Amino acid sequence: MKTLLRSIKEITRYPSAIGGLVIVGLLVALALYALVSMPYEKAIQLWRGGEEIWGENPKTAPPAWLNYFSKVKQPPTMILNTQDGTASKSQEVISEGMTDITMVFPVDYPYDGFPQEISIYFTANYQEKPPYVSLTWLTPDGREIRISDFSVDKTKTYRLSQDERLTRRLKGLPAEQGLFAAPGSDPVTALPGTYQMRIVATVFEPDATVDAKMIFYGQLHGLAGTDHRRRDLSVALLWGTPVALAFGLLAALGTTFTTMFIAAIGVWFGGWVDDLIQRITEIDAVLPFLPILIMIGTFYSRSIWLMLGAAIVLTIFGAQIKGYRAIFLQVKESPYIEAARAYGANSWRIIFSYLIPRVVPVVIPALVNAIPAFVFLEAGLALLGLGDPVLPTWGKIVNDAYNNGALFAGLYYWVLEPSVLLMITGLAFAMIGFALDRIFNPRLRGV
Amino acid sequence: MAEATLPLQSGAEAPVKRQASSSALVRLTNYTLVKLATLLVTVVISVYLTILIANMGGYVDEIRRGQIQEAINQQILNNPQLRTLSQAERTKYIEEQVRIEEERIGLNRPFIVRSFSYLTHALTLNLGRAEQISSDSGSRQVRLVILERLAPTLLLFAAANLITFFLSVFFALYLSRKYGSLVDKLVVMLSPTSAAPGWFYGLFLILIFAAELGILPFDGMVDAPPPPTLIPYALSLLKHMVLPVAAWTISTIFGAIFAWRTFFLIYSSEDYVEMAKAKGLSSREIERRYILHPTMPNIITTFALTLITLWQGAPILETVFNWPGLGRLILRAIGQYDTPVIVGVTVIFAYLLAITVFLLDFIYALVDPRVKVGGGGQKA
Repeated sequence: MKTLLRSIKEITRYPSAIGGLVIVGLLVALALYALVSMPYEKAIQLWRGGEEIWGENPKTAPPAWLNYFSKVKQPPTMILNTQDGTASKSQEVISEGMTDITMVFPVDYPYDGFPQEISIYFTANYQEKPPYVSLTWLTPDGREIRISDFSVDKTKTYRLSQDERLTRRLKGLPAEQGLFAAPGSDPVTALPGTYQMRIVATVFEPDATVDAKMIFYGQLHGLAGTDHRRRDLSVALLWGTPVALAFGLLAALGTTFTTMFIAAIGVWFGGWVDDLIQRITEIDAVLPFLPILIMIGTFYSRSIWLMLGAAIVLTIFGAQIKGYRAIFLQVKESPYIEAARAYGANSWRIIFSYLIPRVVPVVIPALVNAIPAFVFLEAGLALLGLGDPVLPTWGKIVNDAYNNGALFAGLYYWVLEPSVLLMITGLAFAMIGFALDRIFNPRLRGV
Repeated sequence: MAEATLPLQSGAEAPVKRQASSSALVRLTNYTLVKLATLLVTVVISVYLTILIANMGGYVDEIRRGQIQEAINQQILNNPQLRTLSQAERTKYIEEQVRIEEERIGLNRPFIVRSFSYLTHALTLNLGRAEQISSDSGSRQVRLVILERLAPTLLLFAAANLITFFLSVFFALYLSRKYGSLVDKLVVMLSPTSAAPGWFYGLFLILIFAAELGILPFDGMVDAPPPPTLIPYALSLLKHMVLPVAAWTISTIFGAIFAWRTFFLIYSSEDYVEMAKAKGLSSREIERRYILHPTMPNIITTFALTLITLWQGAPILETVFNWPGLGRLILRAIGQYDTPVIVGVTVIFAYLLAITVFLLDFIYALVDPRVKVGGGGQKA
């Protein structure tokens, strides 16, 4: 045990392994943060949510920090609401039973690009006669553009970007461009400055009210951007971390130690036990690993834990058994095993106390090296559309991106974010495993 | 427990030992027969297991029955002539159609009976007809369906795997001479990149060379429409092959070079290599006689296993690159519950693997004088 600890300490001599350890540490911290900040139920509810949760996010928007690296500044999402004070509201009684509610939405717009779309969500409170609103847009250079007027029900959504009459009035430009366009610019450029949306709502009842929320859907969003369903990718990126680590670690632990144990049993008992294990190994070599997982996913269930179980079962009798077997065969002949037999140790005692400890140096690097393989297996299955149906994982982001033509559309962030995380995870474990391999296998050390 | 297995063990080994002392030919024949029988049993069991899994132990039958019912109901809804039938007539018609369709794909027989007929057909390489999938030329013969997809797969993966194999072995030999040099250190540093699979690098390559630079196609095997003459066709094919082959090569090459290099280095620290150096043999000579020769069995094994594995393709890489190979055929077959196709691919692989394992024993004996066929009891 002491030598084991000493060997592990030796890892500090390998800079790449230290890098790997630091990255794994950060990933574990990220995973813990994900678990604490966003409980399982909440993550799933968020990830499966639709418009009601993600309605205020733009579609397929790259992360907001891209602005720091780009000359053309793109607008993020701006939400102005009369109910939270980001827009002002004042009342003026016109006549008996008629009140004008004026709502002003100040829009500070220093950006070069245009928003993705613009919508206004009205909520009105009235008994019988619905309020009537008229919308006017004021530009920094003093122009006044009449947008539209209509009556509002209890709730009404007005999508400026889809109003064709408005588009015609804006000389054929959709609202999100036409409203911000510098007059006479060709190609169309945005005019920076402070804009104003003025909505005058006429209510016909004394205690009727109108409120409005105006959303300028941005071209960029948040730390990680959004996907085709307006979902914030940071949810899946964050939650993908514990899922990937758990999948990789559980699969690696489950397979490596079981494989070693089976090899030990085979070698120690020999005879038909050994033969049987060898034959199962050969059968396992013929069985198509990935197609079987795909079949289970297609026919039965795509649950990540079922996949994990199936992957472990199929890997346990993998080619590694032969490697452990070769080592055990040597160890079995050692004099100290004979000594153990002579003092009357039973088979299990010999296996656990004398055989298995001897292969730990081989098992530990193998264990660490197996982790990336399983992490990528999960991602690969997700890419084939066999990702877990509820859990957000990195592979499922790649799959979504791929199915929605992210690479064709130039939405690189969508593919790159999960891929980079996968890469970092894979490399970190591979670098550690690599160093461990050299530490534990003296033949490799000088090499 | 150890005592209990002891008689069995000696029982199994005794005849082998006795024959070992008699003529070599008898020993060889005996060994060959036992080996063949074992391999055959392995093939039978693994193919049968695949059949069971491909049908989820009969559960897939339920899905297919549901699908047939659904399809026939739909067919009746869409057919104005049939809509005029009375309720009783229609029910009769549906039942009849369902029966015919179930008979066509054999659902009328119990699964367990069918599983054994699948097995005998598979083992005799009578691959039969696919249930849903047909080849591009319109054939339902599993043999033709597989053959049609085999060419693209072989093209892609033979190129990728052969490049990787030969490049890694030769480069590793070179590095084992230049141990500790800058190139060597670089390769060692890069070897963890092999932790990621080919499809993963494929994503990056598509991003860089297809999406950003636009100099290579995103996916597919040839341009659409395919060029009519040979040379433009080949060029188009080549252009489409670059990225998938590169993706596969990047993901395997550094790990492979590192593994071979380490392997060669271990062998070049043997005493007899030192001895050869002391004798003043040229490094080429040492490499050939004292390093390549003893490592030949390993090189051959790796090469043989590479060859028999590569033809199956890789479903995920083929999906990423939209390559019409066997990997994607398997995916489609699974998606459409087409057992004959899945089993067909598996049984071919099982036979190839069994034959290779069988032949390797003899090849070992040919290239390595220390190995005698059937001599070592340890090797299985």
